[in-house]
Amino acid sequence: MTPLLKVTGLTRMYGSRLGCRDVTFDLWPGEVMGIVGESGSGKTTLLNCLSARLEPTAGRVEYDTREAGMQDIYAMGEARRRMLTRTDWGIVHQNPRDGLRLAVSAGANVGERLMAVGARHYGAIRSQALQWLDMVEIDADRIDDLPLTFSGGMLQRLQIARNLVTHPRLVFMDEPTGGLDVSVQARLLDLLRRLVTDLGLAAIVVTHDLAVARLLAHRLMVMRRGEVVETGLTDQVLDDPHHPYTQLLVSSVLTP
Amino acid sequence: MTAMIRVENLTKTYVLHTQGGVEIPVFAGVSLTAAAGQCLGLHGPSGSGKSTLLRCLYGNCKPDAGAIRVRHDGTEVDVASADPREVLAVRASTMGYVSQFLRAIPRVPALDVVAEPLRALGVPLEIARERAATLLERLRIPERLWRLAPATFSGGEQQRVNIARGFAAHTPVLLLDEPTASLDARNRAVVVELITEAKAGGAALVGVFHDDEVRAAVCDRVHTMRDRE
Repeated sequence: MTPLLKVTGLTRMYGSRLGCRDVTFDLWPGEVMGIVGESGSGKTTLLNCLSARLEPTAGRVEYDTREAGMQDIYAMGEARRRMLTRTDWGIVHQNPRDGLRLAVSAGANVGERLMAVGARHYGAIRSQALQWLDMVEIDADRIDDLPLTFSGGMLQRLQIARNLVTHPRLVFMDEPTGGLDVSVQARLLDLLRRLVTDLGLAAIVVTHDLAVARLLAHRLMVMRRGEVVETGLTDQVLDDPHHPYTQLLVSSVLTP
Repeated sequence: MTAMIRVENLTKTYVLHTQGGVEIPVFAGVSLTAAAGQCLGLHGPSGSGKSTLLRCLYGNCKPDAGAIRVRHDGTEVDVASADPREVLAVRASTMGYVSQFLRAIPRVPALDVVAEPLRALGVPLEIARERAATLLERLRIPERLWRLAPATFSGGEQQRVNIARGFAAHTPVLLLDEPTASLDARNRAVVVELITEAKAGGAALVGVFHDDEVRAAVCDRVHTMRDRE
C-alpha cells in the first residue's frame, strides 16, 4: 500500500511573514487527520497549500492519482489539477456559502459536480442527488428549493452532499462545524463520522475544537506559530499531551 | 503459554509544563508478560500507576522508555513506538479496552455503541447488533434503553455499556480498568463470568480490580506495582 498524500518540507511565506514551515507527513487511504491549534497558527494556510489552492514557497505535495500514480500537484497542469479537485477530492468550507452556488437549487448544487465528471442523463443525476440529500438528512421535498431558504446546519449538510457525490477519496474540511449551534454540531459530527467510516474516506480536518478532533480524527497534528509541535494518535495527544503548547490547549478547554 | 503482551523496562513520568514543569514519576523499569488464556491483575496502592500502565498498553499514554510488544496478526507490534495507524489496527482486531468511564458520543444509541467494534471488523450490521443485544441483556441493561444514547444513563449503566462494548469483539487481548467498580453483586458476577469465558476462549486479559473477591476469582497472576519512589 502507498500513501494517498505525501507532503514533504512544505513551507509557505507571506513575504517575510511565516504562514507554515517545514511540514512533512504521509496520509494513508481511509485515514482522517486533524490539524489543531489556535487562530493564526497556520492551520488554514497549510490546508490551502495541501488542497491545491495556495502554492507553497518550498516543499512538495504529491497525490496518488488514479490514472498516473504519485504526482506533484503543483507540477501538473492547471486543467488536470482542476479535474482532480472536482472529482477525486472534496473541499468542505467553514462557511457553506463559499462551497455552494446560492442561485441554483439544492438538487442542482449536488448534480453540478456529477455533470463536471461527465454525467448527462437528467433522470440519473436527479435520482443520485435525491439519494445524497437523503444521506445527509435533507428531506426530498427540498430538492428544488434554493439554498438561501436553508438553515446553517442544512447548508453545511448540502455542501457535504455536493462534495461526496463524486465519491472522492480525499476530503479537506476547514472548521466543518464552526458557526453552528451545539445541537446542530452534534448531528453534523455524527453524520460526518458515519460517512467517513462507511465510505472509507481519507480526510484532513482543520479545527480549533478539540472535541471535534477527538470524534473525527484518527491522528492529530498540533500547530503553533506555523510549525508542527506535536503529532500522534488522537486520544494519546489529547489525553497525554507532551508539548507545553498542547498541554496548554488541552487544559484550556472548558467542560460544561 | 503464548505471550500476547511483553512489556520491557517501561518508564513513565508526567511533565506538567503548565504548572511550572513539575515532574511526576509514575513508574520505572516495569517488565511483565500477559499470556493467552490468563488474566493478569495489576495490584498496588492508589497512585502507583496501574491505570497509567493500562493506558500505555493501549497506546493512550506515551511512555518515556521501554517497549510494549503486542502479538498482532502473526507478528509483534511495539505499541510504544508504532505509527498511529498501526496502533489503530492493533486496537481494531487484537486489543480491546474497558476504561473506567464511558466516553459517550452524541446521538449514538447504546446498542450501536456496543456493536461498533464489531462493525469496525466488517461484521454486518444486523449480526453486530444481535451480538450487542445479547451482551446488553446479560448485563441487565433494560431493552427500552438500547435505542437511547448512553449520555443520560446512570454511572452503573454506562459502565455496563462500556463492558459490553469491550467484550463484543472477542479480541485476543483485553484491558480492564476497574470493570466492577460501580456494579452491584449480580452484575459483578456477570462480569466475572464474561472474564472467565474470555479466558477459556484463549484471550489474554490485564486488569485492575479494586474488589478483592473479583480479583481472586479471575486473576491467574498478580503484578504488584510499588508506590512512587
